[in-house]
Formats: sequence, structure tokens, C-alpha cells
Amino acid sequence: MASMTFANFDWGRFKRRSFATPLDSGITVVVYLVLVWLLWQALSWALFNAVWTADGVDQCGKDGACWSVIHARHRLILFGLYPYEEHWRSTLACLAIIATVVISCFPQTWQPKRLAVIWIVGFATYYLLMEGSLLGLTQVTTDQWGGLALTLFLFSSVVLIGMPMGLGLALMRRSEMPVVRGFASLVIDLIRSLPLLTTLFTAAVVIPILLPTWLEGDKIWRVILAFGLFFACYQAEVLRGGFQAIPKGQFEAGKALGLTYWQILGRIVLPQVFRHALPSTVNNVVVTFKETAIVIIIGFFDVLASANAAFGTAEWAPYYIEVLAFVSLIYWVFLFSLGQYGEYLKKRMKVAQR
Amino acid sequence: MDATELKARAKRRKLITQAMILLVTAVVIIGAVQSARVNLTALGITSGFDFLERSTGWSYSFSLIDRDINDSYARTLTIGFMNTVFVGFTAIIIATICGFLIGTFRDARNPALKTAATIYTQIFRNIPLILQGIFWYAIVIHLPGPRQAMSLADGVFLSNRGLMLPVLNVSLTVALGMVLILIGAVFLLKKARIGLAQSVIAWVGLLVFLILGVWGLFVPTGEGVFSWPALKGLRFVGGVTVSPELLVMIIAIVLYGSAYIAEVVRGGLAEVPKGLIEAGEALGLNNRAIWSRIKMPMALRTIIPPLGNQWIFIMKATTIGVAIGFSDLFYIVSTSITQSGQTLELIAILMGGFLLVNFSIAQFVNWLNDSLKLKAH
Repeated sequence: MASMTFANFDWGRFKRRSFATPLDSGITVVVYLVLVWLLWQALSWALFNAVWTADGVDQCGKDGACWSVIHARHRLILFGLYPYEEHWRSTLACLAIIATVVISCFPQTWQPKRLAVIWIVGFATYYLLMEGSLLGLTQVTTDQWGGLALTLFLFSSVVLIGMPMGLGLALMRRSEMPVVRGFASLVIDLIRSLPLLTTLFTAAVVIPILLPTWLEGDKIWRVILAFGLFFACYQAEVLRGGFQAIPKGQFEAGKALGLTYWQILGRIVLPQVFRHALPSTVNNVVVTFKETAIVIIIGFFDVLASANAAFGTAEWAPYYIEVLAFVSLIYWVFLFSLGQYGEYLKKRMKVAQR
Repeated sequence: MDATELKARAKRRKLITQAMILLVTAVVIIGAVQSARVNLTALGITSGFDFLERSTGWSYSFSLIDRDINDSYARTLTIGFMNTVFVGFTAIIIATICGFLIGTFRDARNPALKTAATIYTQIFRNIPLILQGIFWYAIVIHLPGPRQAMSLADGVFLSNRGLMLPVLNVSLTVALGMVLILIGAVFLLKKARIGLAQSVIAWVGLLVFLILGVWGLFVPTGEGVFSWPALKGLRFVGGVTVSPELLVMIIAIVLYGSAYIAEVVRGGLAEVPKGLIEAGEALGLNNRAIWSRIKMPMALRTIIPPLGNQWIFIMKATTIGVAIGFSDLFYIVSTSITQSGQTLELIAILMGGFLLVNFSIAQFVNWLNDSLKLKAH
């Protein structure tokens, strides 16, 4: 792909457009100079003047990055307080989630059943590895999970729980029964106009007051359920857009054939709705991954919290930029690649529609 | 079975389903109220809004109006609400301007501008907002102190105490009055339909007139019309200080929000039919006229609805304040909860505040959308 776009690159047009008018030439020169200068500054800080080994902390100067802090603290950032000897389990578990996401990017898997199986298997692998007692490994409870592993856990469980909830809400909102419709609209509009943090905070702090003690459950599961509801409300709106793209004649044709409501839905309408809603769904998943960073505020030890802890000691305190840059890079790589994939899907579907 | 019986059966089933939903909702609510009563009694908390009259006894980072450690909860919560609205609107205005600029660059013909704008959006869109906030806050509080502050033309200073700017030497009321006059002038000048050069002259004239007028009327004799920040001992006096928390909130939200708005603007500009632009070129319009008379007016209709969503998003994003110690509504509410224990009432206030603001923004966007609709279609 990349080589093809490179070969197709129109140098003539590029030159013509870069230097169309004297003003354009000026802008081109200035902008490229600034960009090159910025790139040079970034590279000389991050690469050329950087110190890489943990032994060289004393050589860390002001001119370059001190990647020693990552060298020394990356286990904390990636896995939080997970027991040190069991880190291989965290690594495998993270890879399972990443593999699940990557596999579901291939068009061959785009069937509700296959996707459901892939996500449940991926999530179960993660949970069994991390928790461990069912596989005969040392048990590690959820309160010891942390770092990137916890972020990926939150992300995958929210998507897994939120998808069916979103479908349910979208169907309820389309219902002919006024009470069902009203109920779904109320929930969707309410959750969507409140900040995510408010919803999660309510789940973490307020719900225990409203529930009898035996129903409370773990804080992490309450928060995941609330986050799942948040995801579902946005997903319901995404699916609504997909439903609107289906002509009414298709429902009527299904009814004329004597199919039941669920048959029409499952065999005719939903496959098309999912296709239409795919790019927006990817977008919603990307946003969810980004928003998981907020759980640091309600006291979870996610990758951002563990980053704060990584430069929280006196020895590493001056190197906060390196740690935050490292975590930003992790997020950026995930989000950028998923976002580009979403763009690619959008283009692909435009071509298919022609 | 005939058709009428089938229909009646379907109708009955629907009625039963709806009744069940209502029943379950009622049971859940009653159950919640019951256990809330039990749990609150166990904690020794009396529910109700009486606590609003009590004084708080704790301090926080930022307020637009006078505050005191003995303020009542009602006043403290109002300050939190004002802070959220203030930061939200400031960020919305700046982010919208930057977003339109960068979005236009992304749609520009010049490849250099396009590249720069694309890099900007791809960097700031793909890092979580809260992480950006924490990053900028770490940078700002590690800046040199006031004595070694970075300065721009000896009028603007940046240090770990925040950003010091020169301001007009007037009270808040007079400043608000001036803003109102300026807003009035915008509408008047729009009605007057004058050219670009004339309106620039009108604006400069109006500003000079306003400043001189204010100087004569409201500034105490012997003082300058501007108050400049200056280093005295260990801190700055004069001017206005933008605290590190407020500064970071605005920087982080504007960078993140403008990247999103730029995407919305680019999407809108890309949807404008090519034929319209070619028609403009055929009429001999220059690039600026094509942009301002054809592209932007057409694109605005696709831009406004998603832009409204972005505005609401920015308003909600102010809740990251709690991560960097800015006293927005969420910060004040969560501190109040730990201090007073009135969880349910405070959460209701928090939700009510956000619903109010976001509903108003949605109404405004609807009005904007209606007033921009293509007429005669």
C-alpha cells in the first residue's frame, strides 16, 4: 500500500501547489523550516542527547531525555502492583487483548457470532491468566491489577458489555411501545449529557448508598458496568444512524414473507445496520479507549496512575517528562492506528457504495 | 384464530411488557430509597438540603468572585458552577477559532499548510485529554519562579505562579459594560454592511474611543489606563494573574478541542460540492472570496450540528480539573462529599448543573442551525 501511494505521488502537482503564488512560496518555506526545526529539537532531545541505561542516571543532563527512568520503572508503568514473578502472565494477557482487537479488524471476522466468540475468548483468556486460580496458578485479585494491563482490562470489558447493551437500547428506542421508547430515550439522553466522570463517580460512590450491602459488589465491576452503559448510550446513537439507512420496505417485505420480528431483525436488518455503522463503531471504540484514562480520578491504578507513581520517588522526580511522554506514546500508537483503520474503513465503504 | 384475535393478543402483550417495565422501575426506585434510608441512618447523616447553609471551612484554588473559607456550601457550589461555565466558555471560544483556522488549513491547497495542520490534529487528538492536562501541569509548575520568569516585551510574564498579563485598570462591572458595547457594535456593523477596510477603521476607532473614555471616566487620576504586571520582591503586583491551574485547563482543553473541531470543519469543507467552487472560479472570484462567500457558508450547515456536540464535549471535559487541582464544579462537589457526607444531594446538584448548561448549549445550537438553514428551498 505504502509503496503504491508513494509511486502515485504527483510531484508536479505538489510543486505547483507549493509555489502557486509568492505568498504560497513564503508559507511553504516558513512552515517547513518550523517543522524541521521542531523535529530536530524533538529528535535531539529524545535520541541524540538521551541517556538510555539505568546505570547512567548520573549522566542525565538537561539537554537530553533520561530514558533510564523507563528502563528502571517500565514494569511498574505496564503492570502496576502485579506480583513481580507473575509479570509474564500480565504480558500474555495484554497480548491476548491486543490480538483480539487486531483480529477483529479483518473483514473475515465481521459477523456478529464470530466477533462475539473472538471477544469472549480473548477476554476470558485475559481474565484466566490475570486471576490465575482457575488455571492452577497463584491467585491475584483485581485490586492488584494495574498499569497498562488494567487499562486494557477496562477497555475490553467495557466494549464487551457495552455492545449488547447498546444494541438493546437502540432497539428499545425504535420500539412501538411508548413506555419502552421513552425509557430508552431518557437513559440515552441523560447519560450522554453528563460527563463520563460523573457517571463513573456515581457508580463508585453513590450506588453503594442506594443498594443493600449484599448487592453492592466490587467497585471495579460497578465502574465497568457504568462505563459500559456510557459506551452503550453512544453506541445506541451510532446504531440509530445505521437503522435510518435501512429503507422501510425491507421490514415490510420481511413481514409479507411471514417472518417474525426477530427473524427480520437478525437476518435482514441487523447485518446491514452493522455494516453501515461500522466506521462510527470503530470511532466509538477509539474514544472509549481514550476515555479509560479518566479512571485515575476515581482511584484506579491504571497506566496513567502508575506513570505518576513511576516518577513519584525522589530519585526519578526530575524525569516526569520522559515518563509522561512514554505513556503518551503508548496511547498515541494505539489510538492513531485504530483511527487510521477507521478512516480506511470509511473510504472502503464509500467505494463499495458507488 | 382470526386476525382480530391475533391483534388483540399482540396488543395485550405490549401492554403487559410496558406495565412490567414501569413496575420494575418503581420497585428499583423504592428499593433504592429504602436502602438509602437504612445506609444513611447507619452513617448518621440527615438527608435534605439544610447543609447548603452551613459554612465549608476548606479552601480551593480558583474563584471569579470574592470567597472566604467560611463561605456557605451554597456559595461555594455556585463558585464551582461559575468556574466550570467560565472555563468551558473560554475554551469553547478559543478552541472554535483555532479549530476553524486549522480545519481550513487542512483543506488548503498548499501542501505545507496541510501537513502542519494534519500533524497538529493527529498529535492532540490521539492522546487522552487528562494525560495532556497532567503533562502541561507538570511543565508549568516546573517553570522557573517569578524572579526568573520568562517575559515577553516586559509586559507578559510566565512563571510557575502562572501567566501575568496587563489589563485595563477598571473594575469588573466597567469591563463587562465595555464588552456589552462591543457586542452591540458587532451587530450594528453587521447591519451597516460596510467593506473590510472601513470596518477595520471603525473597530480601531471604537476601541481607542472606548479606552480613552474609560480612562477619563473610571480610572483614578494619576494612574495609567493599563495595569502592568511588575516584579516586586518575590512576587508580581499589578496586571492580572492567570493561575497555573486555569492556564493549564485552557491550554489542554483548547489543544484537544481544537483538534476535534478542525476535523469537523475539514469534514464540512470537504462536503461542499465541487461544482459550486468551480462556478465561483468561473465568475473570477479569488480564493478568499470563494472561501468566505461559497465554501464556508455552505459548509457551516454540515459543520454546526457536530460542532454543537464538540461544544458540549468541551463543557463536559472541564471535569478533568480535579486531576490538576482546578476548582471546577466536579472538584467542589467531590470535596463537599468527602467533607459533608451529603452524597445524594451533591450528586443531584452536580448532574443538575451539567444538564442545565448542556441543555442550553443544545438549544443554542438548534437555534443557530435553524437560522442558517438555506432559505427558499
